[in-house]
Amino acid sequence: MSALLSTANLTIALESGEAPVSIVRGLNLTLNAGETLGIVGESGSGKSMTALALMGLIPSAMRASGSLRFEGQELLPYDEARMTRLRGARIAMIFQEPMTALNPVHRIGRQIAEGLMLHEGTGEAAALAEAARLLDRVGISQAAERLGAYPHELSGGQRQRVMIAMALACRPELLIADEPTSALDVTVQAQLLELIRDVVAERTMALIIISHDLGVVAELAERTIVLYGGAVMEEGPTRALFTAPHHPYTRGLIAALPGRGRRRGRLTAIAGSVPPPHLMAAGCPFHGRCKYSGEDCRVMMPPVTQLGQSLVHCHREEAIH
Amino acid sequence: MAGGVAAAPRAGRSPWRHPSFVIGGAIVGCIVVVALVSLVWTPWPATKMNIPHKLLGPSAEHWLGTDHFGRDVASMLMVGARNSLAVGFVAVGIGMLFGVTLGTLSAAKSGTWLDEAIMRSADFTFAFPAVLSAVMITALLGPGVVNAIIAIGIYNIPVFARLTRSGALQVWAKDFTLAARAAGKTTVQITLRHVIPNIGGLIIVQGTVQFATAILAEAGLSYLGLGTQPPNPSWGRMLFEAQTYMQRQPLLAVFPGLSIALAVLGCNLLGDGLRDIFDPRVARSRA
Repeated sequence: MSALLSTANLTIALESGEAPVSIVRGLNLTLNAGETLGIVGESGSGKSMTALALMGLIPSAMRASGSLRFEGQELLPYDEARMTRLRGARIAMIFQEPMTALNPVHRIGRQIAEGLMLHEGTGEAAALAEAARLLDRVGISQAAERLGAYPHELSGGQRQRVMIAMALACRPELLIADEPTSALDVTVQAQLLELIRDVVAERTMALIIISHDLGVVAELAERTIVLYGGAVMEEGPTRALFTAPHHPYTRGLIAALPGRGRRRGRLTAIAGSVPPPHLMAAGCPFHGRCKYSGEDCRVMMPPVTQLGQSLVHCHREEAIH
Repeated sequence: MAGGVAAAPRAGRSPWRHPSFVIGGAIVGCIVVVALVSLVWTPWPATKMNIPHKLLGPSAEHWLGTDHFGRDVASMLMVGARNSLAVGFVAVGIGMLFGVTLGTLSAAKSGTWLDEAIMRSADFTFAFPAVLSAVMITALLGPGVVNAIIAIGIYNIPVFARLTRSGALQVWAKDFTLAARAAGKTTVQITLRHVIPNIGGLIIVQGTVQFATAILAEAGLSYLGLGTQPPNPSWGRMLFEAQTYMQRQPLLAVFPGLSIALAVLGCNLLGDGLRDIFDPRVARSRA
C-alpha cells in the first residue's frame, strides 16, 4: 500500500534578490492512513511553511520543489484546480488563531455547511443538519441553536471547536493542525487536544500536528519530526524521542523543559538564537549553537544515522551516541 | 479590524442613536418621498407655462412662486428631485458595479500586470476633476441627461475601484480567507462570500458620499446646459435660469439652491452616520 502522504526532498525557497533563501530544506516524510505525526520546532523553523506547502498555500513569492505526493499523486508543481479539489475535501487544516480564522460576518452554521455544499453538493438543509451534528460532536451544547450564532458570540475555545467541526465536515483523510491550541488557555488546551485525538481515532484520519510545544505533540503524535532552521534534526517514535533524545538540538529542547523535579533555579536554555534564513550556511543549521560542531557541520548537510529507534541527522553521531 | 474594514453589526447598537444618521436619513427620505409623489401628483403641471402669472412670489396658489414662464416652482422642484435622484442612483450604480468588480479583481490578482493595469487606468481617470471629465464626455457624446449619467458614472468607477481594492486587500490578509482557501474555495467564491460582505459597509458609505457628488455634478452640468434638457425641470437648470432674474425675483434662485444643498447635506450626513454604525471603533472614539 502506498503512503497517504509522502514528500521527498521537499524544499521551499523564497525567490528574492540574487540567491533563493530556503525556508524548508529537503524534507522527507511519509505518513500512512490513520497515522499521527508531530512536527516540533521553534519560531522560524519552517514548520508552518511546511503545513502551508502540504496544502499548496505557500505565498506567491515562494517556490516549492522536490516531490510531494498525496495518495501516490504528485502535487508539484502545484495545479490550482487540483489543489482546490483536495483542500477541505481530502486534506483539512486547523489554524492557530480561532479568533480570526472565522469570517465575522457569517453565521457559524453556514460556515460549517459550506464545505459540504461545495465539495459534496449537499443541499443547504441537509448540510446545516450535518453541521449541527458536527457541532454536537465537537462538544458545543445546544448545537442546533448555535448554528445561527456569529463568531463573536463564541469564546476562543468554542471557536476552535467550530474550526474543528469545519475541518471534519467532508471527512478528510488527512487533518493538519497548525498550533491548534497555542492561542488558548491551558485548561481549554487539554480539552481540545483530547477532542482532536478522539475524532482522529474514530474516523481513522491521519493527523499532522504542528507545534512549538513538546507537550502538545507528545499528547497526540505517534511519531515526531524535530525541525530546526528548515531542516530535520531528528525523527522517530515520539516516546523514544522524549526518553532517549540523540541529536544535540533535541537534547537541548528536552533539557529546556521546566521539569517537575527541579524547584526554583534557572531554567535551562539553548545558547544563542536561530539565525535568519538568509544567513543559514549550507551545512547543518544548528552548527552555530552546537557544542559538538566542527568545520564539516558548517559546510555539509549531515548524514542520517539510525540511533536506537530514531533517525538522527548529525555529523557527530559517534560523539552523541 | 484595522483601517475601516467593518465588523458585523452587533445586536443592541441601535442606528437610531446616531444623530447624523437620523437627520441625514430624514432629509434623504423626504426628498425620495417628494420625488415619488411627483410621479402621481404635483400642485401644477410642472412644464405648464402661464406667462401672465410669471415671477410671482410665494402664495397659497403657488407655494414657492412662479418662474419667468409662469411655471410653478414647487412643482418643478418636485420633478427636479426625481431627476436628481435618478441621476444619482444610476451614476453611483454604474460606478459601484464596475468599480467593485474591477477593485475585487485587482485585489485578487494583486501584484500582477492586471492589478497594475486596472489601478493605473483608475489613476488616469481620477486625474481629471469630476466636472471637467463630465464636460469632456458630454461634449463628446452630446448634451443630455443620459450622457450626463454616463459621464458621472465613469467618474465614479475609479473611486469605487480604489476603495474596493484597498478594503479587499485587507480582507485577503485575514486568516479567514486563508482558512477559506484551505477549505478548497476558489478565488471567485472567496471574493463573493468573504471579501465583498466584509467591505459592504465601506462601499455603501462611499456610495452615499458619491451620491451627493453625483447630484452636485448633475446640477453643475445642467447649469452649464449639458445635463437635463428643457423643458424637463432640473435643479441646476432652474438655478441657471433664475440668474437672469436675480434682481426681480431672488427667491427663484434660493429654492433650487436650497434643494441642492439639502440633498447633498442629507446624503453626507447619512454617509457619516452609516460609517459610524458600520465601524464601532469610530463611533466609540467620537462619543
